[in-house]
Amino acid sequence: MIKSWKAIAPYVLIAPQTLIFLLFLIFPIATIVVVSFWEFTGYSMTPAFTFDNYIGIFTSQVTLGTYLSTFRFVGLVWLFTLLIGFPVSYFLAFCIEDVRLQIILFLVCTVPFWTSNIIRMISWIPFLGREGILNNLLINIGVTDTPIDIFLFSDFAVVLAMVHLYTLFMIVPIFNSLMRIERSLIAAAEDAGASGLQVLKEVIVPLAFPGIAIGSIFVVTLTMGEFVTIRLMSGGQSASIGYLIRNQIGSLQYPLAAANAVILLMVTLVLIFAIMRLVDIRKEL
Amino acid sequence: MVGTEQAQAEHRAAQAAIAAAARGVTLRSVTKQYGAVTAVENINLEIAAGSYCCLLGPSGCGKTTTLRMIAGHEEISSGDVFIGDQRVNGLPAAQRNTAMVFQNYALFPHKTVWKNVEFGLKMRGIPAHERTERVDEMLDIVGLAQFADRRPHMLSGGQQQRVALARALVTRPQVLLLDEPLSALDESLRVKTRGELRKLQKQFGMTFIQVTHAQDEAFSLSDQIVVMDHGHIDQIGTPSAIFEEPASRFVAQFVGDNNLFDGRVLQGADQNLMAQIEVDGLGVFVGKGSSASVGVAATCCVRSDRLLLTPVNGTLPADYLNQVMARIISIEFTGYITRVSLMVEQTETEILYKARTTDWQTLALDEGEQVRLSWMPEHCSILLS
Repeated sequence: MIKSWKAIAPYVLIAPQTLIFLLFLIFPIATIVVVSFWEFTGYSMTPAFTFDNYIGIFTSQVTLGTYLSTFRFVGLVWLFTLLIGFPVSYFLAFCIEDVRLQIILFLVCTVPFWTSNIIRMISWIPFLGREGILNNLLINIGVTDTPIDIFLFSDFAVVLAMVHLYTLFMIVPIFNSLMRIERSLIAAAEDAGASGLQVLKEVIVPLAFPGIAIGSIFVVTLTMGEFVTIRLMSGGQSASIGYLIRNQIGSLQYPLAAANAVILLMVTLVLIFAIMRLVDIRKEL
Repeated sequence: MVGTEQAQAEHRAAQAAIAAAARGVTLRSVTKQYGAVTAVENINLEIAAGSYCCLLGPSGCGKTTTLRMIAGHEEISSGDVFIGDQRVNGLPAAQRNTAMVFQNYALFPHKTVWKNVEFGLKMRGIPAHERTERVDEMLDIVGLAQFADRRPHMLSGGQQQRVALARALVTRPQVLLLDEPLSALDESLRVKTRGELRKLQKQFGMTFIQVTHAQDEAFSLSDQIVVMDHGHIDQIGTPSAIFEEPASRFVAQFVGDNNLFDGRVLQGADQNLMAQIEVDGLGVFVGKGSSASVGVAATCCVRSDRLLLTPVNGTLPADYLNQVMARIISIEFTGYITRVSLMVEQTETEILYKARTTDWQTLALDEGEQVRLSWMPEHCSILLS
């Protein structure tokens, strides 16, 4: 009796987790994949196996443009979160020696998450708007005579809001990597004659690479599916695939939305796979 | 064959050039303070060019701080450091012509062995073909040529240690600084690597300064030992001088195998007389040593292998003026040497006696027996506490 329990125990223990995964991850994705091959008309959809949805996506200039626009946002947000996240992590890890101060400053980095995304974005409006704080400031100090329009309801605003939102996801893994770098390695590099920049290039960046990769995965996957921020901050002027999918669902074009979702999922998986090929992430966990 | 002979001649010439370039190190009134804590206080030290010097002491004695100040990884609070004739106080580590072998080696985990060794040359902007030549040569010297493409974590501790050495030596420093280079190795490897270190130092002829807490390491490697405690230098001397004549109670205790009896000076030494010290419960001992005034706290120090062990009633040779009676507590056979622990029962003073095992066996003594330990005044020193 005991012996047979031992034999089945591992399976029993992993069963709940497996069920949850099957029910809430595998099953919905499988459903989406299946539906993406269905036929639909304006008022009905029928089970079928047709590539029409995919062909439609790849032949529509509007949809392809939307993909490009999404990739552009992903690229820009990734670049800026990295450009901001790395120096911030570096500062936290190497310039702050007091552990308590380190923790406090780290918490400061999480401030954007202390309120909801919607409220955070709405609060950008009085700052960036035509009559907003930023424009008033620029006019008052004489940088410009007329208010600058591109601050709000523009791609600039979209990227700004997303960078604001996602930089923390870059900071955390990079900080983690930097903290694992033995300080004696830096002393050894200096001893061997490396300048500050050389230490950065030869020792710190290569050793922070896994952190950069993990942060990139976070930022890329999060930005790829974004639609609320893009909708709100662009004032409806910019498009993204996430937003497109939402609209298609709104107009009951489920098979089309499903096909877009599958493509988006594939692109994201390919990107993650590429990043994983570059670094051994398991070493970092 | 002519080719190899020529290569050997070139090799010898290159090494002679390195030896000629060796520089000594001088510390003058060097002090290091961390806030209110003084890690190193007013140290004066002269290390000869081309010599092997060990900074010996327990952890926290300031030896590593001293080494790091010489290397340029630690700022000097006051005083001067000279390498050769050059004052190097403000110079960055890279411009001091020193190289450091770090404790736990600090090898770059993301670089191959070859790239690790190449690093210093690359940072100094040495052309690629010369780098290749020098790295290959250095890997040959330390016997790691076949591991050139491995990452450090794929090597054993001893191999990693040799990579660290190669990385430091390849830049041809005038002074090589080693921070506990052997502490991460197991015992047998430590002894072997010790020999290799000494060989490399002879081969390259440069100045080696090593930090260690192990006295056997310091004894076997050094031309000069600097014993440190609490940020001060207690004694500077050759290994035999440190062993034969410890200058302070701390040195005697740290170097090991010394019996120490704390007491008070009964009579200071002068030209004709030896010093006398009274130890409570044990009596009066005569020894070499200080001319301190009567009543000052002092310690009688005698090495465990200088003691003569005789039966309680036996006659003593004339010179053995100092004696105590003690009971054998335990006998420890260690091979060539037998270590015997004894105790003077009235005062619970522990005494260590060491003898060659063959000599000990002729005595035919057992645990629990009462014996007489005696020693000559010339073999014991009276040290001020």
